Amino acid sequence: MSAPLLDVRDLEVAYGAVTALRGVSLSIAPGEVVALLGANGAGKSTLLRAISGVVRAKRGEIVFDGAPISRLPPAQIVRTGIAHSPEGRRVFPGLTVAENLRLGAAARGAAKAEWLADRETFYDLFPVLRDRMNQTAGTLSGGEQQMLAVSRALMARPRLLLLDEPSLGVAPLIVRGLFKALASLKAKGMTMLLVEQDVRMALSLADRAYVLRTGSVVLSGTAAALRADQVGVAAAYLGTHQGTKPI
Amino acid sequence: MSRTQTIWIGIGVVLLALSFFAQNLLPDYAVRVLTITCINALLVASMAPANGMTGVFSLGHVGFVAVGAYAAGILSLPVATKGSMLPDLPGWLAGWYLSFLPSTLVAGCVTAAVAIVVGAPLLRLSGHFVSVATLGFLVIVNEIVINADSLTRGARTFTGVPLETTLPWALGWLVVGLIALGRIASSPTGRAWRATREDVVAARAIGIETQPTRLSAFVLGAFFAGIGGALYAHYLGSFSPKSFLFAYTFTLISMLVIGGMGSLSGAVLGTVVVTALSEVLRNLERGMDFGALSIPPLYGASQIALGLLFIAIMILRPEGLLGPREIRFPNARSPKETTHDSAAP
Repeated sequence: MSAPLLDVRDLEVAYGAVTALRGVSLSIAPGEVVALLGANGAGKSTLLRAISGVVRAKRGEIVFDGAPISRLPPAQIVRTGIAHSPEGRRVFPGLTVAENLRLGAAARGAAKAEWLADRETFYDLFPVLRDRMNQTAGTLSGGEQQMLAVSRALMARPRLLLLDEPSLGVAPLIVRGLFKALASLKAKGMTMLLVEQDVRMALSLADRAYVLRTGSVVLSGTAAALRADQVGVAAAYLGTHQGTKPI
Repeated sequence: MSRTQTIWIGIGVVLLALSFFAQNLLPDYAVRVLTITCINALLVASMAPANGMTGVFSLGHVGFVAVGAYAAGILSLPVATKGSMLPDLPGWLAGWYLSFLPSTLVAGCVTAAVAIVVGAPLLRLSGHFVSVATLGFLVIVNEIVINADSLTRGARTFTGVPLETTLPWALGWLVVGLIALGRIASSPTGRAWRATREDVVAARAIGIETQPTRLSAFVLGAFFAGIGGALYAHYLGSFSPKSFLFAYTFTLISMLVIGGMGSLSGAVLGTVVVTALSEVLRNLERGMDFGALSIPPLYGASQIALGLLFIAIMILRPEGLLGPREIRFPNARSPKETTHDSAAP
């Protein structure tokens, strides 16, 4: 495998007295799509937040493109090329669709012609966003907000996209359209770390996957292998999997 | 610059030109109300960046007005007056004074500097916590003003400030303040302000540094609060620590909330509406005769009526009259996109 774009080593994160991640290690190669699976509270979102710097790691290291980033403030991490589309969509509801997209390019300090062109590409990818560009984002449907959240993250022109549950609260038909768009991004070489509850959808897009349970990696492998081992994945979710390290 | 901004600036310039004639043609009472309205509108608009756009609901804004008023007062007292009024003034302040415009500008800068010192720790808080903490700031300013006798005459009235604020000056500063705030509010900085108001986590996730972003709104607002305070000092000539406490805070906050937080045109509208209503009601409560019908004086009724109005507006339009929106003049040619930065290059 080539040098990883992202390398997480022995990461430990705690919220007060509650430990959310206990020594998680994972790596992502350039151009790879990695899925992060697991039940609620397994620590998936925490891992993404730690990578984007929104929460601080207690121990361990995060190396992006050869440089440690775990001590950097979030704004600087965005500038090094990691964009985070947070859980629950989190668009700016009172701002228009166009303003939301514009803000995605804010940290990059992009020239006007550049971000205008970028915005056009996302209007092309999700035409409904063009139709609604002057509407406030709060008036969009769940699926449209998710399209906006993903597009806003991509406006930063990241080298790594962190996606937190893009299918959450989105109608199944829209989810399929969204994943089709993500697949086209993957085809263009975008590296992604995807947190997803919809295991089948996630494994259809991803190259590899890790399964988290109560803050530890309990299973990992290629997407094809995990698709074939559905019993093992289910067991890893439920905590009866044999041969994993004790927690 | 968008069409809306150009039209607003045009309106401002025309009004400013008219104000030179108005101050000679209109009765004194009208000129007085208009001047105070302009100063208040500047102060309310200067609350919009922090309170409305970044969601840092500060209750301490009047503390900045006090800093501006006292700074301008101390700086612009003539040397002879300083000797009699403030005999204990430190030597480096005693021997000189500034004229109106420079003292106003320095007062604004002093206030902005205070806001940097105060804002850096306070803006780590958010929501109700920041409101309570900024209220603490207001009380602290009041105590300092009362106890710093040698600079402020303590609780006694500070008087002798040259009366320089005319209607054109007040309106001129209002126009300057609105243009500056409006330009910044529609710039990338203004968008970042509103992003931190909408969702702090999402703002951080796309690389907006929330602390410096909020601080910039807070400090800019404080600068214009200091300017407004200086205009106030130069308008009244005398004031005391009591002038800058809860009553004035309530007045300015209610103007902001009624007009619509996060909107500069809302700030002006709220100021005009509240001022006009309280002036009309104040005259009505003295009682009057309509032919056979005579209304007895009802002192205090105007405050009750205003209070009821606030309640009614909050029930019917909880966002205020304009909410976060600005009054816009739609572009006649292409109404396609209305955001400022996406107008054709």
